[in-house]
Amino acid sequence: MSKIGIFNWHRLFKTDKFYLLVCASSLFVLIILFAITVFLLFSAMPALESSQTGLLGISWYKSSEANNILDFCLPLVFSTILSSLLALVIALPVSIGVALFITFYAPPKLAAIASWVIDILASIPSIVYGLWGIFVLCPFLNVFTGNLISSPPRVLFTLSIVLAVMIIPIITSIIRDIYTGTPHLDIEAAYGLGATKWEMIRLSVLPYGAQGAMSAAMLGLGRALGETMAVLIILSPGRSYSFNIFGVSSHQTIAGNIAAQFPEANSLGVSLLTVTGLVLFIITFLVNWAAKKIAKSGVANV
Amino acid sequence: MGQRIDVEHLDVFYGKFMAVENVSMTINPNQVTAFIGPSGCGKSTFLRTINRMHEMTDKATVKGSILLEGRNLYSSEIDPVQVRREVGMVFQRPNPFPTMSIRQNVLAGIKLNNKSLTKAQADEIVETSLKGANLFNEVKDRLDSAAIGMSGGQQQRLCIARAIAMKPSVLLMDEPCSALDPISTLAVEDLIYELSSNYTIVIVTHNMQQASRVSQRTAFFNISDVGKPGRLIEMDQTTKIFSNPSNQQTENYISGKFG
Amino acid sequence: MSKISSFRVNLLSKNGLKSKVLFKNIKNNRLSKFIKPSSRVISRQRRQFDNFMKVLIFLSFIIVSIPLVSIIYIVVANGLTQITPYFLTHTMKGVMGGFSPFGGILHALVGTILITLGAMVISIPIGILTAIYLVEYAKGNKLSSIVNTLVDIMSGVPSIVAGLFAYSLFALFFGPTAVFGISGSLALSVLMIPTIIRSTQEMLNLVPNQLREASYGLGVSKFRTIIKVVLPTAFSGIVTGVLLSIARVIGETAPLLLTAGSIDSLNLNLFSGRMMSLPVYIYNEYSQGLAVCTNNIFGADCLSDIRMQRAWSAALVLFIFIIILNLVGTTIKKRILKKRGK
Repeated sequence: MSKIGIFNWHRLFKTDKFYLLVCASSLFVLIILFAITVFLLFSAMPALESSQTGLLGISWYKSSEANNILDFCLPLVFSTILSSLLALVIALPVSIGVALFITFYAPPKLAAIASWVIDILASIPSIVYGLWGIFVLCPFLNVFTGNLISSPPRVLFTLSIVLAVMIIPIITSIIRDIYTGTPHLDIEAAYGLGATKWEMIRLSVLPYGAQGAMSAAMLGLGRALGETMAVLIILSPGRSYSFNIFGVSSHQTIAGNIAAQFPEANSLGVSLLTVTGLVLFIITFLVNWAAKKIAKSGVANV
Repeated sequence: MGQRIDVEHLDVFYGKFMAVENVSMTINPNQVTAFIGPSGCGKSTFLRTINRMHEMTDKATVKGSILLEGRNLYSSEIDPVQVRREVGMVFQRPNPFPTMSIRQNVLAGIKLNNKSLTKAQADEIVETSLKGANLFNEVKDRLDSAAIGMSGGQQQRLCIARAIAMKPSVLLMDEPCSALDPISTLAVEDLIYELSSNYTIVIVTHNMQQASRVSQRTAFFNISDVGKPGRLIEMDQTTKIFSNPSNQQTENYISGKFG
Repeated sequence: MSKISSFRVNLLSKNGLKSKVLFKNIKNNRLSKFIKPSSRVISRQRRQFDNFMKVLIFLSFIIVSIPLVSIIYIVVANGLTQITPYFLTHTMKGVMGGFSPFGGILHALVGTILITLGAMVISIPIGILTAIYLVEYAKGNKLSSIVNTLVDIMSGVPSIVAGLFAYSLFALFFGPTAVFGISGSLALSVLMIPTIIRSTQEMLNLVPNQLREASYGLGVSKFRTIIKVVLPTAFSGIVTGVLLSIARVIGETAPLLLTAGSIDSLNLNLFSGRMMSLPVYIYNEYSQGLAVCTNNIFGADCLSDIRMQRAWSAALVLFIFIIILNLVGTTIKKRILKKRGK
């Protein structure tokens, strides 16, 4: 076998043009990802190299009163993570509930309807979620919050609810697949001991799916972190490290900021936005990587 | 016409693991040769090396040589794809192409290799191949219906028809009846017997009665232990193997003491 | 310990020996926490808790149904007002404020189709060929594990980052005003490629190995086996994957906002000038807010909320597109999975 390195050169030269083609397209995937990194870095360079006085030429940088790029990015990072984590906290229990509903509680027809609901929710474009958030959810929440907070409540709390609705389908469909695969022996063992349905789930299903649920949650988080349109429409932007999720004009996420400032940005401004885009890329990469790690360790344990 | 196969000092490896060690044998033309032995003894692995099928699906490599009428199948100028056109194969489970009709299945080998045929040529190949596989009378009225609508035994005979449509000189059969019911098995066994006048046939079987029914010569493979390579223990006339084997292991196996 | 053993005795008397064996299957004997050793029948408390959880789980389904129902309701109810042949066949060229003529979405519809077609041209060949490489040629080798990891990373790229990438790529070659339809196609294909690869991989893996063997056994080369046996068998599944991936990106707004921009007239050239798309159209109309109708010097009809009406109607059109793609896709997929017995 003439295998050298990662290629099979022997096969490569033996006029198998198709092999060459599929190999090249795989390499192309590698190249695209490499290009994404390189072009983002390239585009981010001017802002990274620029002095504070240079950056002050960007109107929205100036009004942010940041001392340097890091100082500019961190509140965005904070709001991005806060809104996504809150969304996850809302979405995860509901997702687990729906997954349990589909796999163990619903009669077959209702389970099919529930799966369909999840599929359709997954395919609604984020711009529509944004419009729903501002025209339906905000007035609805306003009924409860009234004049306690701003009206309409274009705050991080509202955003997180919308983000939660957006990631519920992602998390649910993964968890559902895992729960469906719970070994029958475990289920029967629990029932055999006289457990109620919930006790069976608590004993057999939830432990079996724990790692998968964690991994699914991470993937959902990754999706929420990068969401743009819902943020752009719902959130009234601001910059702070405030945990007051009902506070007006105190949060803005990275993605929302890019979309909001991009149309008005000069070339240095675009460069600065690219820096924040890279930060977002790194955060989502870490989260997805964690999801993968968790999923893998789960497989090893089963 | 069948061709003679000479295997010389053949070792088969899965990666670094030696699966079959030092097999040398001669397979006579126009005869049925059966390979028997316990599970894991390497008989199927060895069978696949005769038309280099192991290269496509397993990570197996081979040392030694296999001569088909004196030509070494493993010499560098031989194209493994060409080898498989001369040495046909029938598999454990019937595997007709599900998207094709009966007729298309018979012609699959020729069509997939991009050879063009006139309608008359195609009709003739379909008829002779199906007749050769004792299937023509059963399916002649529904040649254009889907192949997966047939019974298991018919499907397996269709696979044989598909193989002989390529006009090979050797047919390898890897436990061809293990997925079939007794009546279908009988039909396939009859067919194997008839085919042996025109082809060299090598059949791997778990069923010793089957080996004694269809084959003229039998080779017995065995492993000394799990993780050890399989070896050829004994090869002789089938009647001799089953009545008076010269090796004690063979005797133990055919008398049902193990395996 | 004594608690557990007395529990075991209890069970033995009730369910016979079988439970003792099954008991070992429960990891850590966690059951003892729930089931009181002395209980012969399910206690009232346990039953109540069971019912409580049942209600919670049913409630979670109702909770997710509420947004869906309200989204569908609001999109359909608001969207239907403007969906007319006129709306579908006119652009926004020459439309002033809230005055009649009210304009339409033709340019956005055409733009979305062109940009998506562009993305398909880029991502379908790469996606399918890469999946073929991963499944048929490189199972388990080094390059395939690298590519697999990269596909995972790529599927996690936020859409806005894909937009930034496409923008900066074109800006580098054509200057900062390089806003083209094809740039949007590139951004969308970054999002499409990983989903196409994954779905194609899944479908190629569903092709039974027996068929490959049958083909090889007939002396058919690997290339011909893939082209003539494997791909035709997996064809409908691959198409499904492509449809679903289109459904996923067709509603993407953020990357197109950065790359293809917005314009009020028809542009048929992917390689020159801005190009409107449905999602960007929706956002554009939304973000302009109410029109002013008080100073009606034209004497024409004027609707102050016409922009929102257009946004909802465009959203309904987009929604219908996506639902159709999804329904067709999932129906075929379900049929395939059923046929393959998985």
